[in-house]
Amino acid sequence: MGVEGIGARVVRKEDRRFITGQGRYVDDVKMVGMSYAHFIRSPHAHAKVKGINSTEAMKMPGVIAVLTGQQIVDDKVGNLICGWAITSKDGSPMKMGAWPAMAPETVRFVGQAVAVVIAETKNQAKDAAEAVVVDYEELPAAADVRAAIKSGAPQLHPEAPGNIVYDWHIGDEAAVGDAFSKAANVVTLELTNNRLVPNAMEPRAAVAHYDQAEEHYTLYTTSQNPHVARLVLSAFYNIAPEHKLRVIAPDVGGGFGSKIYIYPEEMVALWASKKVNRPVKWTGDRSEAFLTDAHGRDHVSKAEMAFDKDNKILGLRVKTHANFGAYMSLFSSAVPTYLYATLLSGQYVIPAIYAEVIGVYTNTTPVDAYRGAGRPEASYLLERMMETAARQLKVDPTELRKKNFINQFPYQTPVIMAYDIGDFHASIDAAMKAIDYAGFPARKAKAKANGKLRGIGVSCYIEACGIAPSKAVGSLGAGVGLWESAEIRVNPVGTIEVLTGSHSHGQGHETTFCQIIAERLGVPISQVSIVHGDTDKVQFGMGTYGSRSIAVGGAAIVKAMEKVEAKAKKIAAHALEASESDIVIENGEFKVTGTDKAIALPMVALAAYTAHNLPDGMEPGLKETAFYDPTNFTFPAGAYICELEVDPGTGKTSFVNFVAADDFGRLINPMIVEGQVHGGLAQGIGQALLEGVVYDDTGQLVTASFMDYTMPRADDLPSFQLSHTTTLCPGNPLGVKGCGEAGAIGASAAVINAITDAIGNNKLEMPATPDRVWHAIHG
Amino acid sequence: MYETNYHRASSIDDAVAQFAKGTDSKFLSGGQTLLPVMKQRLAAPSDVIDVAKIKDMIGIDVSGDTVTIKAATPHYDVAQSDAVKKAIPALASLASEIGDPAVRYRGTIGGSLANNDPAADYPAAVLALGATVKTNKRSIPAEDFFKGLFSTALEDGEIITAVSFPVPAKAGYAKFPNPASRFALTGVFVAKTKAGDVRVAATGASQSGVMRVGPIEQALKANWAASALDSVTIAASGLLADIHGSADYRANLVKVMGQRAVTAAG
Ligand SMILES: Cc1cc2nc3c(=O)[nH]c(=O)nc-3n(C[C@H](O)[C@H](O)[C@H](O)COP(=O)(O)OP(=O)(O)OC[C@H]3O[C@@H](n4cnc5c(N)ncnc54)[C@H](O)[C@@H]3O)c2cc1C
Repeated sequence: MGVEGIGARVVRKEDRRFITGQGRYVDDVKMVGMSYAHFIRSPHAHAKVKGINSTEAMKMPGVIAVLTGQQIVDDKVGNLICGWAITSKDGSPMKMGAWPAMAPETVRFVGQAVAVVIAETKNQAKDAAEAVVVDYEELPAAADVRAAIKSGAPQLHPEAPGNIVYDWHIGDEAAVGDAFSKAANVVTLELTNNRLVPNAMEPRAAVAHYDQAEEHYTLYTTSQNPHVARLVLSAFYNIAPEHKLRVIAPDVGGGFGSKIYIYPEEMVALWASKKVNRPVKWTGDRSEAFLTDAHGRDHVSKAEMAFDKDNKILGLRVKTHANFGAYMSLFSSAVPTYLYATLLSGQYVIPAIYAEVIGVYTNTTPVDAYRGAGRPEASYLLERMMETAARQLKVDPTELRKKNFINQFPYQTPVIMAYDIGDFHASIDAAMKAIDYAGFPARKAKAKANGKLRGIGVSCYIEACGIAPSKAVGSLGAGVGLWESAEIRVNPVGTIEVLTGSHSHGQGHETTFCQIIAERLGVPISQVSIVHGDTDKVQFGMGTYGSRSIAVGGAAIVKAMEKVEAKAKKIAAHALEASESDIVIENGEFKVTGTDKAIALPMVALAAYTAHNLPDGMEPGLKETAFYDPTNFTFPAGAYICELEVDPGTGKTSFVNFVAADDFGRLINPMIVEGQVHGGLAQGIGQALLEGVVYDDTGQLVTASFMDYTMPRADDLPSFQLSHTTTLCPGNPLGVKGCGEAGAIGASAAVINAITDAIGNNKLEMPATPDRVWHAIHG
Repeated sequence: MYETNYHRASSIDDAVAQFAKGTDSKFLSGGQTLLPVMKQRLAAPSDVIDVAKIKDMIGIDVSGDTVTIKAATPHYDVAQSDAVKKAIPALASLASEIGDPAVRYRGTIGGSLANNDPAADYPAAVLALGATVKTNKRSIPAEDFFKGLFSTALEDGEIITAVSFPVPAKAGYAKFPNPASRFALTGVFVAKTKAGDVRVAATGASQSGVMRVGPIEQALKANWAASALDSVTIAASGLLADIHGSADYRANLVKVMGQRAVTAAG
C-alpha cells in the first residue's frame, strides 16, 4: 500500500545523519567530570601474572586510579559467562575455565587486560599505563587447534583437560556407516575455515556513569542488544540490579556479531565508575579491536560423502575441530554446534548425516559468532564437497546439485532443521541464466588464448535465520529466549512511535520498520519514528543478530499493530456510528467500507486520548505491546555463481562476474536488501580471497593491523548482479526470511570453487592469496 | 601520541637550525609515515620540524636531460605533472600508484626516500634511473644512498632538498601490490639510459631493501624485450618471506614484474 509501503525502494531515513557526520556514537558522549580508561594488556599469549606495581604510575599527572584484576575479583564481580550449555556425546557438560574481566593470575591470550588506568585525559592514562610494571612469568602457548590437541600441549584451563571444551555430536552414526558401506563412490575433503576479524568500522566503546545519589548506573555501549547486556551485567556480573542500570546503545557503527557480547572493557568501565565516582569513558582503538573483539570461524574439518551409482547422496560424515580461543565467549559454544552442524544437509536430500564437533581452547583471542556464525562454515564445507564430488564423479556441478536437491516441503533433515519452504531449482536456474552458464566453455577458451585461466564456481546455500522458538532453543541449552518485542505508540496527534527490542547498527531499521507501518496504515514514513537501543525507553528485547530483526522483530511489530488497529477500528466505528466489521484502513483514514464516511487517524488517536467519546468500557489511549515468539527458524536460500580469471604469472584473481539469486521471502525494501547482500558478499569474498588471521607459534597476532590483515576494498570486488526468486515464508505474518548474512554464507565456496576450477588443482585454502594460488598452480 | 614541539620551518636553513636546537628532532614532510608511527607511540621526537611548506622544497623542474623533483613535492603532483609525464612517464605512473589519494596528496618524495621502506616505490625508480639525491650538504648518488631496511646515507640533521633524475631512453615500472598494505609486494623498475646502459631495480623483494637485479639487466642488455627474461631465473635466497609472499614467490614476481615493466616501457 502506498509509495512507502512494503516493497518500496525507500531511501534510508537514517542516512542523512550518518552521511553528514551527525550520527551520535558512544565516543560522542561527553559527561561532566568524565575520566578516561586505558587498559594494560598482556604482551604474552600465556603467562602468570606475578605482580603489578603501580606506585610510579599513581604519581603521574592526572592519574585517578590503577585498578587490577585482583580488585575486580575481591569486589565479587562475576566472571564472564557463556550463555549456551552444550553437552558432550558422553553426556558430560562442557568444560569451561573461568574468565575474569581482568586477569588476576594468568593471561591466556595476547591483549588480555590485566589492569586499567583511569585518568583525567586519555593521554595521561596512556602515559601512566607505560609506568605500570607487570611482572609476567611466561608459559608455553598453544596457538592453534592442531597444537592444542597434541599430547603434552600447554594446558590452558585445569577444568578442561587436553584443552577440550566438549566433544559433541549430532545425527545417526550407525546409519551413516550403513550408507558408506553401500556407496558406489566416496568423496573426501579436508579443509580449514579461516579465522576472521570482524572489523566493524566503529571500534567498541563504553561510557559509564554512577549516580551516587540514586545508586544508579548508566552505560552507553556499542551493543547489538542492550537489554541482554543489562541482564547479563545484573544477573551474572553483580554490578547493579536491573532497575538500577540503564544501558544505551546509541548509533552503532557496525557489529557483525562482534557487538553481541558483553566484554571485559564495558564491565570494567561500569565497575570503575563507582570505584572512582566519576564517569569513565573507554574507546577502543583499532589495535585493541584486532586483539580483543571476538574473532569468527576457525574450523579444521574432515568430510566424507557417500554416493550411489546414480550419483545420489547416501550419507555425509563430518569431523570438525572448532577453535574457541582462550575463553568461552557469550554465544561461542552454540556456533559450531547448533548453528553449524544443523545446516549440514544444505539444499540436499542426505538420508544420513553424522557430525562430530570438538571444541578446543587455544592461546588466542576468543572466537564467537561473526556474520553467518556456523552457517558459513557449514555452507563452505558442503559446497566445496559438492564441487569436489562433481569433479571426482566427472559430472557437471550444477547437474549433481540439481539431482540431489530437496523438492518437497516441508522437509525434515536428519540434523534437527525442518525446512518450511523453498525452491532451489528456481534460484540455481536464475543464477545460471544470469551468468550464461552454457556459454562458459567458450569464454574459458578465449581467456586461455589471452594467457588467463578462467574458472566458474557454484555455491547453493541454505541458512537458518531468526533462531527460534524459545522453547526449542531452551531445550538445546540456550540460556535465553529468542522472541522479540514491539510497542506501538500512536500519539494523540496521530504520529507513531515504534519501540523495538531489535537494534539497528547499519541495517536500516529506521526505514524498513516504518515501511511496515506505512503499509498497514497508509501514512507516510515521516509520520513514524523507530525507538530502539535504550533500556529506559524500550520494553525488554533480544537485539539484532542472526538476521532475526525483520523475521522476529518485524513480526512483533505486526502483532502489536494488529492490536492497535483492532482498538482504533472500534473507536472509529463508534465515532462513525458504523459496525466495526465495516471499517477499513486506507491512506491514513478509517473508512466505512462502500461509503464516503471516514475519520482520519489523528482524529481516532485524539479520541483515544481525550476519552470523551469512547465505546463503553474501553480504556483510553492507543498503545499496544506484543511479544512474538516464532514457531520455527526461517530458511533463506539461494545460488551464487562466480566467474573469474587467474593470472598464472602472479596468482592474482580478478572477477569477471558474480551473480546471486536469493530467496529471502518477501522484500520490505529491495534497496536495503541489496545493500545487505552486497555487504555480505564482500565479507564472503573477503574470507575467500583476502582475510585471514595469522598467529605465530608463540601466539603473537601477526595480522594485527590493516597493514597485514587484508580488508576487502571496493576495487577487490566485482559489480554484483543480484536477483530474487521468492517463496514466502509461511512461519511469520510478513512472509519474510532475513537477508543479513546470506552473502557471507554463500559467497566463499563459489569463489574457491571457481579458482580451483580455473587452476585445475582442488587443493587450495582460504584466503586464496596470490601467493597461495601461484603455488597451487606451479607446485 | 607523546607531546612534542612543532615548528614550521620557513626555509631550508631555518629547518636545519631548528633541528639542531631539539634534543631528538625529526623532520616532518607529508607525515604519512612519521605521524602514524608517533600516534602509535613508536616514535617520540622532542621536536618536529615541518619542511612541507618551504617554498624552495616544492616543485618540479625539467631542464635538458634532467628532471628535478624537490623533496617536499607530494606524490600527487608528480603523478599529475605534464613535464614528468612527458620526460619520464614511468615515474609519473609510479607516483600515481602510491597508496591512496589521501596519501598521495600529502606524502612526499623526500619523506619516502628518507624513510627507505623496503616496500616503498620511489627507491626503485631512484636506483634504476641512477638519480642523485640532493641534500643541504651534498649530492648523493642513488648507489650510495640506500643502506638497507629503513636506513640511508643521511646524517643526523641532514635534509633532502631534491632528487634529480636523468631522463632515460626508455623506462617502465610494474608493481604487484601487497594485498593488505598496497605497498609493493614486489615492484620492478627497468630503465635504458640514453647511453644505452640498462639498469633494473626491484623493491619489496629483498631482505636488504631496494636492489639492482643483475640477471635481468644482463638479459635486457642483450635484448630489450619481455621475452628476453623467459629464461632468466631469480634466486630466492636473500629475498623477503612473510605471510603475503614466500621468497620463491617474490623471486617469481621479480621476473614477471620485470617482464611487465619492459612491456610498459615499450
Ligand atoms: C595508507 C598508506 C599507504 C601507503 N602506500 C604506499 C605505497 O603504496 N608505496 C609507497 O612507496 N609508500 C606508501 N606509503 C608511504 C607514503 O608514500 C609516505 O608518503 C612516505 O613513506 C613518507 O613520506 P612523507 O612525506 O609522508 O614523510 P614523513 O612521514 O613526513 O617522514 C618520513 C620520514 O622521513 C623523514 N623526512 C621527511 N622529509 C625529509 C627530508 N626532506 N629530508 C630528510 N628526512 C626527511 C622524516 O623525519 C621521517 O623520518 C603509504 C602510506 C600510507 C599512510
